[in-house]
Amino acid sequence: MSLSAKHLLGIRDLSREDISVFLQTAEQFKEVLQRPVKKVPSLRDITIVNLFFENSTRTRISFELAEKRLSADTINFTASSSSVSKGETLLDTVNNILSMKVDMVVMRHSASGAPHFLAKHIPAAIINAGDGINEHPTQALLDAFSIREKTGKLEKVKVAIIGDIMHSRVALSNIYLLKKMGADVTVCGPPTLIPKYISEALGIQVNYNLKETLEWCDVANVLRIQLERQNQVLFSSLREYNLTYGISRRLLDELHKEIIIMHPGPINRGVELDSDVADSKQSIILQQVENGVAVRMAVLYLLSNRNAISN
Amino acid sequence: MKSILTGQQLTITIKRLAHQVLENNINLENTVLIGLQPRGIFLSDQIVAEIKTEFPSVNIQYGKLDITFYRDDIRRELHLANQTDIPFSIEGKKVVLIDDVLYTGRTIRAALDALLDFGRPEKVELCVLIDRRFSRQFPIQPDYVGKSIDSIISQKVKVYWKAKDGKEEVTILDALDA
Repeated sequence: MSLSAKHLLGIRDLSREDISVFLQTAEQFKEVLQRPVKKVPSLRDITIVNLFFENSTRTRISFELAEKRLSADTINFTASSSSVSKGETLLDTVNNILSMKVDMVVMRHSASGAPHFLAKHIPAAIINAGDGINEHPTQALLDAFSIREKTGKLEKVKVAIIGDIMHSRVALSNIYLLKKMGADVTVCGPPTLIPKYISEALGIQVNYNLKETLEWCDVANVLRIQLERQNQVLFSSLREYNLTYGISRRLLDELHKEIIIMHPGPINRGVELDSDVADSKQSIILQQVENGVAVRMAVLYLLSNRNAISN
Repeated sequence: MKSILTGQQLTITIKRLAHQVLENNINLENTVLIGLQPRGIFLSDQIVAEIKTEFPSVNIQYGKLDITFYRDDIRRELHLANQTDIPFSIEGKKVVLIDDVLYTGRTIRAALDALLDFGRPEKVELCVLIDRRFSRQFPIQPDYVGKSIDSIISQKVKVYWKAKDGKEEVTILDALDA
């Protein structure tokens, strides 16, 4: 097994083998995190900058922890407290940081394609931590890792992705990854939040009925309703959304089997998930967060090595 | 290609190694055995099996350690990790590290670093099947040796295991043969 990717820009560019290498290496890092000393010296010669042009707590903390557990040096950068607010371009900002001998860039940006643009112009390895409404590859990897950990496989697993598919980079990355690994995918949500030709374009099923979708699936990955991205009214009220597409205890109890509930966080309790579902033993939401660190360690470890070879 | 140990000799040698480990660790309660991934575990599996046949009632603490994340040549090429499984504490224990071939000593250096992240053992010993004794690059010596051989850097020593390679044999390969 080997790795062909040089950056992690999106799942779309990854081969099936690359995905397997990431997931398999993450398993070894998960074991590292159980040790009395939860740290390895692998990246002690590497400096990483976390460039966050968009707010994030979970992803940024997860990346930072992963970097520290690999012994890398890290710098954090948030757009609001930087020269970006003085009008500096993205490329200038990054080139200035790289001239201080930084080896890898982890970036979140509100513009779709921003990391792809950077990858064309700078020599460092780039890891996409979410770009606009395009992709969030490490989230998809950790979701797949969590599904595989729970069910033992990805092949033929039936995964439902529920909620705002239109604006969700988590949904897109998950769909690419699950399809590549042979899982079955159905998306479910209000018609206004599901792109019209998604079924033909990505080879997945669409179902607007929540109960039917839950009855079909093994795993339900429930997305957050992204209030900050709703600049037009796509459903009438949060209460109506909760009544039609929110997952309640009662709904789960009516099903003929026990399904796994996932959520990338942060949860809008009482909107897409009710509290007694989010905190139930069916939910693996906190395991997803735990696995996130191991998966990001694997990504950083594997891409840091690629970077060294090309230099 | 020259055979150093045939399958039959290998079996006898492994039996001896198991007995030597036992001789120094009569009370296995305070001793743990740790095989090094990937190829050291074929030896450690057999040593553990041998001890079990000798003392069926004894409870052996046996783990597997992968040293990939501690290598000193991590930037030279991509190394993929194998499973580490040490389901017990090594704090205050006597650890016997087990590997197939001791060559430059770099793997054992990395293994010692990795091991210390699991706790502070009282003592660490090293058990190897083959000791390429004149090729050391670090000051590391084994405590239990299956066979010492004199080889030069251009030669390759290969240990074949039934579980992995379908046959059991140790051979030495000259650069010219390859």
